[in-house]
Amino acid sequence: MDRRTVLKGLAGAGGLALTGVSAPAIAQGASARTLRFVPQANLANFDPIWGTQYVVRNAAALVWDTLYGVDASLQPQRQMVESEQVSDDGTTWTFKLRPGLKFHDGEPVLSKDVVASLTRWSARDPMGLMIKASQQELTAVDDRTFKWVLKQPFPKMLYALGKGNSPCAFIMPERIAQTDPFKQISDYIGSGPMKFAKGEWVPGAKAVFEKFADYAPRQEKSSWLAGGKQILVDRVEWVIMPDPATAAAALQNGEIDWWENPIADLVPVLRKNKNVSVDIGDPLGNVGSFRMNFLYPPFNDVRARRAVLMALSQEDYMRALVGDDNSLWKPLPGFFTPDTPLYTKAGGEILKGKRDLDAAKKLLAESGYSGQPVTCLVAQDQPITKAQGDVTADLLKKLGMNVDFVATDWGTVGSRRAAKTPPGQGGWNMFHTWHAGADCINPAPYTAIRANGDKAWFGWPTSEGTEKEVTSWFEAKNLDEEKAAIGRLNKAALDDVVYAPTGFFLSYTAWRKNVSGITKGPLPFFWGVSKSA
Amino acid sequence: MLSYILRRIVSTLPVMAIVALFVFSLLYIAPGDPAVVIAGDQASPEDVERIRQSLGLDRPFLIQFGSWVWRILHGDLGTSIFTNLPVSAMIGQRLGPTLSLMSVTLLLTIVIAVPLGVVAAWKAGSFIDRAIMAFAVFGFSLPVFVVGYVLAYVFALELEWLPVQGYTPITEGFWPWLQNLILPAVALGCVYIALIARITRATMLEVLQQDYIRTARAKGLGQGGILFIHALKNAAVPIVTVIGIGIALLIGGAVVTESVFAIPGLGRLTIDAILRRDYPVIQGIVLLFSFVYVLVNLMIDVVYTLVDPRIRY
Repeated sequence: MDRRTVLKGLAGAGGLALTGVSAPAIAQGASARTLRFVPQANLANFDPIWGTQYVVRNAAALVWDTLYGVDASLQPQRQMVESEQVSDDGTTWTFKLRPGLKFHDGEPVLSKDVVASLTRWSARDPMGLMIKASQQELTAVDDRTFKWVLKQPFPKMLYALGKGNSPCAFIMPERIAQTDPFKQISDYIGSGPMKFAKGEWVPGAKAVFEKFADYAPRQEKSSWLAGGKQILVDRVEWVIMPDPATAAAALQNGEIDWWENPIADLVPVLRKNKNVSVDIGDPLGNVGSFRMNFLYPPFNDVRARRAVLMALSQEDYMRALVGDDNSLWKPLPGFFTPDTPLYTKAGGEILKGKRDLDAAKKLLAESGYSGQPVTCLVAQDQPITKAQGDVTADLLKKLGMNVDFVATDWGTVGSRRAAKTPPGQGGWNMFHTWHAGADCINPAPYTAIRANGDKAWFGWPTSEGTEKEVTSWFEAKNLDEEKAAIGRLNKAALDDVVYAPTGFFLSYTAWRKNVSGITKGPLPFFWGVSKSA
Repeated sequence: MLSYILRRIVSTLPVMAIVALFVFSLLYIAPGDPAVVIAGDQASPEDVERIRQSLGLDRPFLIQFGSWVWRILHGDLGTSIFTNLPVSAMIGQRLGPTLSLMSVTLLLTIVIAVPLGVVAAWKAGSFIDRAIMAFAVFGFSLPVFVVGYVLAYVFALELEWLPVQGYTPITEGFWPWLQNLILPAVALGCVYIALIARITRATMLEVLQQDYIRTARAKGLGQGGILFIHALKNAAVPIVTVIGIGIALLIGGAVVTESVFAIPGLGRLTIDAILRRDYPVIQGIVLLFSFVYVLVNLMIDVVYTLVDPRIRY
């Protein structure tokens, strides 16, 4: 019996015991105007440009607003902007801000603030960097108008300004936005619907957000990062709980109101409690992956990479991650998020059907593999990487590979994967990770799909076909052209095995039934969420 | 005595210096890079390098160590790489919960363990003795997190007497403060109660064989007076020593207990800092813990003189 089994059993017993039992006096005394939320991770810093972790982005979306926001159909909609104009040649964008926008210190939001914010953002964001590379000038025309002049058209401008992928183009006061993008800000005056209570922040334990009374929400219905961000509670308290069993018990006991991502093991327990609702949290889910190092044998040979892909069973990986709950995973014969406009299976045959171990072994032998150790980095402190790593080790052994299984922590993997030295000298052959589905909907935020060798993400894949189609997507004029480019890109990336997708998986979110207005999305949206006593 | 205490306090300085050098060196050679964690998964190697430079992590070891020591000498523990908050402020935020947890645990332990050990020695070989020792073995064997979950299930979920998690400062009321600490203190104290009960029993058994105890009995002294005035006082030196050593156990156990009961204490701060490679925070906490440990040992030495007049410095 392991620790997970013990905590599942105990939390389960608690759930059964509480079925039909009302919340204790401790919970009933809590104010209905305060929403207590357990986030996916600790809010360890609060600069969404400097630190790009999802949890920082999620908190920042409360405090800072954006010029545009993507809605549930992944289309950018006006948010702080009232109108925009683009010149006929597509190189000059002129934007006008909505009237009445205010920062949390009462100062109006002006064009100079936007210019400073976009300057800082564009130094860190992949799409921002592309715009910056083409920039002639970014200037404030008047207090509410600013202009971005480019050397060549950038059709994805509005998407770049409204995307939810980290780092988002959050608008900060000029004095804060002038901070070096590689240094952390310490002033959290925002433009969004809630204020950050800096004095109550205990990193690793608690973060508090208070309703900003002077926020001017749009009149449209809210949809993800777009529309009217109406805050219906006075305070949102983020309570950091490192232990999932504790969070499950606290939710059942009414000590917290909303748990962002309960682990799959505990979901049956939560479902049995009549005061708790459970549903899929983020429909865009996650893409599991492992990457192979293109710089060294055996994976510098495409035949070795293909051999691994031929033998790989995505079902094995997904079962290891989510257990027997079939609603939580899908096979993924490619790289793009299922059920999104650009999803494609083109070229995905190598990942479909019965796994052919013999053919894979043959191909591996043809690549010249002769039993040298394969250094496989597996972070044990991240359940997703640990589960995938165990399956990969088994897969490689079945292929007859000599696995050097390096069980370590995520911090070490994060550091070691950047080493370009040979595997036996501090480098590596494989490491495991995962990507938020929201980052895999198109190539713009999808760093992991890039295959421009030395400039690519860890593993440094080289695939001319992939890079060519990334460019095609950026230049596409309409959805049909985008789809065609993505189909070719998917095939090219699979042919060259830019990385190995291990499947698509979802996770749940859970909340007390006296909380309403929770919507599915790639991040927890607090606007429209209310709580009754 | 005063000069002894002053000498001991001064002698902590080289100990702290060695600890500082050791911890700094260990962190320097340990794998992992905070810049990678800060930059996030999508960052390019160039971004990571720029963050590393802005944090000063690219500087040579001696320069980094020298600058850290210089700041320490000026009473500055530095700034957290991640939160951008002063390390002293972060430790200050977490000190209250951990001190509260340790104090309540320590008090609970002494109040329960010492009488149990005394009674076990008094009734040596009897059913009571065996029952107490069986409890001690049980206490040793159970991991803190299992005890914690069982207690939370019974007293929070089932009986609804106490909260599952969290911490309330004592400034918001004594009972709210205490009710958040009862379950974690019991969970954390189990091992400690078992340890001290066993040590108390063993030393009491030895003392109870002494001639002066027989003399006390012959003079008609009551059992309570013999056990708690004559015997326990003479058995106190090893018990006090174990209580002192046990504080180190408490610090270690607090890491798990604070995680299970979501108490925002130093234990959780330590784990978070280690996983993120937040070097200034790790260094600050280790320095604090080593100072506390040296201080506890000093206090134990002072207590020796109170319980045993033969000990003089």
